[in-house]
Amino acid sequence: MLRLENVWKVFDQGTINQKVALKGVDLNIKDGEFVTVIGGNGAGKSTLLNAVAGTWPVTKGRIFIDGKDVTGIPDYKRASMIGRVFQDPMLGTASEMQLEENLALAYRRGKKRGLGWGVTNEERKLFREKLAALGLGLEDRLTTQIGTLSGGQRQAVTLLMASLSAPKLLLLDEHTAALDPATAAKVLEISDSIVREEKLTCLMITHNMTDAISLGNRLIMMNEGNIVVDISGEDKKKLTKNDLLQKFADVAGVQEETDSVLLS
Amino acid sequence: MTVIDYLYSLDPAKLLKNLPGGVAQGILWGLMALGVYITFRLLNVSDLTVEGSFATGGAVAVVLITGGGPQWLRALFGASSGQFPTWAALLIAFVVGVLCGLVTGMLHSYLGIPAILAGILTQLALFSVNLHIMSMSSNIPVSVDKYELYVSSRYVLRSIPIAAVIVAVIIGILYWYFGTEQGSAIRATGNNPVMSSAQGIDIERMKMIGFALSNGIVALAGGLVAQYQGFADVNMGRGASVIGLAAVIIGDVASKAIFKGHINFAVKMTFVILGGIVYYAVVILVLWLKLNTNDLKLFTAIIVALFLGIPYLQSRKRESFTSAAKGGSGNAET
Ligand SMILES: Nc1ncnc2c1ncn2[C@@H]1O[C@H](COP(=O)(O)OP(=O)(O)O)[C@@H](O)[C@H]1O
Ligand SMILES: [Mg+2]
Repeated sequence: MLRLENVWKVFDQGTINQKVALKGVDLNIKDGEFVTVIGGNGAGKSTLLNAVAGTWPVTKGRIFIDGKDVTGIPDYKRASMIGRVFQDPMLGTASEMQLEENLALAYRRGKKRGLGWGVTNEERKLFREKLAALGLGLEDRLTTQIGTLSGGQRQAVTLLMASLSAPKLLLLDEHTAALDPATAAKVLEISDSIVREEKLTCLMITHNMTDAISLGNRLIMMNEGNIVVDISGEDKKKLTKNDLLQKFADVAGVQEETDSVLLS
Repeated sequence: MTVIDYLYSLDPAKLLKNLPGGVAQGILWGLMALGVYITFRLLNVSDLTVEGSFATGGAVAVVLITGGGPQWLRALFGASSGQFPTWAALLIAFVVGVLCGLVTGMLHSYLGIPAILAGILTQLALFSVNLHIMSMSSNIPVSVDKYELYVSSRYVLRSIPIAAVIVAVIIGILYWYFGTEQGSAIRATGNNPVMSSAQGIDIERMKMIGFALSNGIVALAGGLVAQYQGFADVNMGRGASVIGLAAVIIGDVASKAIFKGHINFAVKMTFVILGGIVYYAVVILVLWLKLNTNDLKLFTAIIVALFLGIPYLQSRKRESFTSAAKGGSGNAET
């Protein structure tokens, strides 16, 4: 489904700010896998997701989605295969446009944008059903300007948008980190049910170890631009928070391991 | 001259007589401001190309109407001899304006030049191009007695409804276009480029289309203004971007004062035109008050600077170190 072969990313190469953010990552994710990603601050988690999304070209290595080499394809052309939700709830939606306009933009991901109507009545019906399933009462607010919704509502809408045009991959980058605990739990629940119902392959970065353990069927830990722990299947089900802390201490060489080191 | 003498010298009848001319000019410059609105408000970039493309539109229209231009083009519209159709002259002005916008778009997207600088470069280049279009003369007259023109300051009362109809049609087309899939993608690009890319929108292409459409409309407005004033001039676009901003801002403030909540896009565009009319009504007033018209651009710049600055000042007032030092604005709970 998703395959990374020896992927490197160097930022500001040749300058004093040079930073090697990915150091030859190899990763193979199977269809339908739900992978949670953890690691300390600056470990390269976001860089990994951006590499997959095509935010910028990688420095070295190859990326395949569904067997197709996408290494040379920019983000907007990969978008038909990929749904994304960012940490900042403001980034995922167009605040000055209406709820239905935002959904319609997402619904046309990967299709040609011509001179047909931006939103059709059939689509409105579909959007209303999908919004009702979120259970946030948004189905009657199709023409509301997105900017007037709360952060949690916007994140839920972004999730819906990310899944709307049947992507092959869903990329979630700490998408609940900016929300209050109750809202975060709700958005996480929605994420989980969307991934299940749409049978999506998903990569989810989280700073919450409990979530990383309880959600998904595979867990990877990153450190200094590499994947250092990769657990799936029965091992993942048996995993405890203490195991994870221990593993982190092992790879990072940290003696007094605390949550804050790992979570930051 | 005493104040009494001065006041006595102001003739209200003259103000009334000149107001319709202000309305006509306001509508035509309001159309120019619609072009500015597309880049400034929808795409969220400042495009200074307009100062050049406005004059380009005027030059192209007047040269074609007065019998110039390439022979193949004249033949194409059946005007090898006789007058080039006025509508076709405006259409060509629009197309040339689109090309001006594309140049700025390419400088920005392909060469990575910041939008403002890209616009300034195109504008500078257009000054020479416009002189070439006008065969190296800086001013070409076009007389309403000799040629069929849509609008003219000689027939103000007839020009107003014609200008209004042209502008209404263009607002209608823009209203439709920005409601289409492509138009929505352009608005999304201006509103949130990160989200737009993630939704598969080629944002560089959308910006390109926006620059092109904006300058097409600006050039079309230039073609109409040249007809109205009876000449095309290489300098006719000087200050156009700021006048456009003034109209956009006046329209913004007025529409928000009148309507609460969501404002329909067609209404917003109509208020940009109204903003142009208000601007020119003020110009007429300034002329009537016998103030020095050379100061007009100074007034315009000050007013636009104030309106652009007001939102910032308001937020500073709510959230400033000075008020923090005094114990804050006291709304922590709400
Ligand atoms: N666009 C960028 N330009 C320069 N350096 C970057 C950029 N993005 C990330 N980095 C650097 O790459 C490293 C990994 O960052 P990131 O992937 O964001 O870490 P995280 O695991 O916290 O998400 C960090 O040192 C960061 O400063
Ligand atoms: Mg990150």
